[in-house]
Amino acid sequence: MSDILPADVLASSGIDPHDVLTDDVARLVVHENKVLGSHLVPGLSVDVEETASGIDAAITVKAGTVVARPVHMCFGVLPEEGLQEILLRINVQDGAKVSILAHCTFPNALKVVHRMNADIHVGKNAEYAYFERHVHGDRGGVTVLPKAAVRVDEGGRFRTEFELIKGRVGRMDIDYETTCLKEAVMEMIARISGSGGDVINISESGRLAGENSRGVLKSYIAVRGHAQAHVKNTLVAEAAYARGHVDCKEIVQDDAVATAVPIVEVRNPKAFVTHEAAIGSVDSRQLETLMSRGLNEEDATELIISGLLS
Amino acid sequence: MSDAQGKGILQVKDVSLELGGKLILDRLNIDFWSGHIHAVVGQNGAGKSTLANTIMGLSGYRHHSGDIIFEGETIKGLSVDQRARRGITLAWQEPARFEGLKVSALLFAAMRGKDRDRAAGALEQVGLEPAAYLDRAADKTLSGGERKRIELASILAMRPKVVLLDEPDSGIDVDALEHIFSAMRSLKGQGTTVIVITHSPTVLKQSEHAFLICCGKLIYKGGTAEISRYFENTCGPCDHKGAPTLKELT
Repeated sequence: MSDILPADVLASSGIDPHDVLTDDVARLVVHENKVLGSHLVPGLSVDVEETASGIDAAITVKAGTVVARPVHMCFGVLPEEGLQEILLRINVQDGAKVSILAHCTFPNALKVVHRMNADIHVGKNAEYAYFERHVHGDRGGVTVLPKAAVRVDEGGRFRTEFELIKGRVGRMDIDYETTCLKEAVMEMIARISGSGGDVINISESGRLAGENSRGVLKSYIAVRGHAQAHVKNTLVAEAAYARGHVDCKEIVQDDAVATAVPIVEVRNPKAFVTHEAAIGSVDSRQLETLMSRGLNEEDATELIISGLLS
Repeated sequence: MSDAQGKGILQVKDVSLELGGKLILDRLNIDFWSGHIHAVVGQNGAGKSTLANTIMGLSGYRHHSGDIIFEGETIKGLSVDQRARRGITLAWQEPARFEGLKVSALLFAAMRGKDRDRAAGALEQVGLEPAAYLDRAADKTLSGGERKRIELASILAMRPKVVLLDEPDSGIDVDALEHIFSAMRSLKGQGTTVIVITHSPTVLKQSEHAFLICCGKLIYKGGTAEISRYFENTCGPCDHKGAPTLKELT
């Protein structure tokens, strides 16, 4: 696929290449198992090896480095069939700060598998934010298997957002595990809209292992058609003054099915964890409010769901 | 003022409605005249909110006898959004919270367009600073009073022909109340017929005409001062059982 350019992959994910292909934006653009382009900024190193089915990348943000603009990563498979396996080892060293904006694009997929295994370390007082947006086509032929193991050291902050609200999901199994040490903070958010026969499985777990650590797990899901969504979020508080919250909201339409299993476990009497889950159709009061302003039921429903997933 | 000013715009004709086996509206007849601020007043449980919900055609309030006529045509078979597109809307006693939606999105939905200046103007009319609210989420981070004022702003932006305001003073402070009253006057000023559902003498005084209902029946209608006196003197000590008919009173 040597005729595919970085700009092609970027454009397929809805990005204007001119916004990203600039000197001050670090980036890594990968199509299938080929690195189409990369660019670094001071303090950021990327060691990439192309494998038979993807890439193996080690990304390091050196201690004390503050990367001013979000690093852009783009992973894509543009043909109808393909396998892409991404191995990421990310190390945000002590005191460093970086945010990553990742796009995963499979616009023509009929039989595409995208697997990602990430091992992430956020150092002492470091900050790492990762926003991943998926752009899929309307045929549902994608299997997405993201898996991450995250450790956040003392005073570090980790935030991840996963968004797939355009196109068919296909099948998705999210499996994230995060451990927070003393005074570390983590937030994991997923926003996904499923339709047709999509299957969404989310398993996120957080372990608040250090004193004063904090964590939030949020899942916002909308399913319609025959889609299924199953959310299992687990938050374990082991240390004194650890605080956490698990939140799951799912809107179900047509013949779709949604389940939510929030598990909260407290192993220290000075820790505190809460959870809430709401699954059902669109709230009738919200719906009738918008309809009383003149929106038809379909448009009102779309607006409400767009709010939930925003 | 529109040509229709002073003419009947909305008629509730012999409407009865049962909910849970109980008669809530009992052969109710009310004519609302165009371009005025009307009050529908009564004690808790009199059927006021049920009347508003029935006029709006909300789910659970559609199976009534009698008819509702808007601008000379029945709206009985119309859905909520069809009634809204004809020009009727409702402000709830407890406005909905919208997870994730911005205030601007609600205003744009009401005006069916993305005119940011018009949205800002509507917020100013209810005493809210547009810069602080347009991009703010319309969720649980807003107080009840803020949600009420934002709902009124969305109605101002919508420019309906008739608005039903259900207990507009519920859950808000005195300062916010003055903004609500000002918005009512603004609505009238833009030609909207305002129908206020209330049991508050303070709110009642903002209206020009009032209809007193009890046990789902219209028992008195007239000027605000007259109804206010009757409401305070007669309804307060009453047990609200076996309400007299309008005919018996007059």
